[in-house]
Amino acid sequence: MGIGAYLTVSALLFAIGAFGFMARRNAILMLICIELMLNAVNLSLVAFNAYQPGGALNGAVFSLMIMAVAAAEATVGLALVIAIIRTRQTAEVDQYDDLKE
Amino acid sequence: MVLAIGVLGGGLAVVTLRNIIHSAVAMMVCFGSLAGMYALLGAPIVAAAQVLIYLGAISVLILFAIMLTQAGDANLPEPFHRQGPIAAIVSAIAAGLVIWAALATDWGLAVQTVAVNLEALATALFDQYALPFEIISLLLLAAIIGAIFLARRPEEDERAN
Repeated sequence: MGIGAYLTVSALLFAIGAFGFMARRNAILMLICIELMLNAVNLSLVAFNAYQPGGALNGAVFSLMIMAVAAAEATVGLALVIAIIRTRQTAEVDQYDDLKE
Repeated sequence: MVLAIGVLGGGLAVVTLRNIIHSAVAMMVCFGSLAGMYALLGAPIVAAAQVLIYLGAISVLILFAIMLTQAGDANLPEPFHRQGPIAAIVSAIAAGLVIWAALATDWGLAVQTVAVNLEALATALFDQYALPFEIISLLLLAAIIGAIFLARRPEEDERAN
């Protein structure tokens, strides 16, 4: 498998995540889809790092930092979702329409 | 190849399954296959971090959030918005463009993988990238405090006052 194959998998995973984020109605599933997109970017970074001649390490360092930021994002995002679900009693994002009026 | 099928099949299962618990388990399959891909790409430290952070921490966090919020799977609502078909078309076009760009590019010298030197990675992380590393720890602290504040029950708030 060359670098093109890894980038293809990465692009497909990102598209799947983007589709899920736009199309699904559950707030927690939208967060999962954000994680999928972050992982797709991580995969492309690690692939670029692995195929870079000379043994540079930027891609691996970046992917580790993205993982830390993703963990922070998941924590705050899930806390927000739980707080919203507690007040609205639903996880469906199209019923969060208070700001519409 | 098997790992690619695991990643993409897991991802597709995440966005198409009706029950959100099943989606979370499919997400764990997807993340596990990704860890295998990182190991295959000569980055075992990233694979280990993937297993620890995603399979260990984030998956459990998401499963807990689902358990705390779902009222049972008796009557599952329709999973997709009305804009589902448009979203599918848009993301398919985006994926097609990126794949076309990736496959049409001549990557030149990039023909074989170079394994990550663990010692060099550690040195880079604490030398060249020391400041981002410390900022990340600060960000994680802020995230913990923010999550506790947001997920706190309002009743405790009133009792404290």
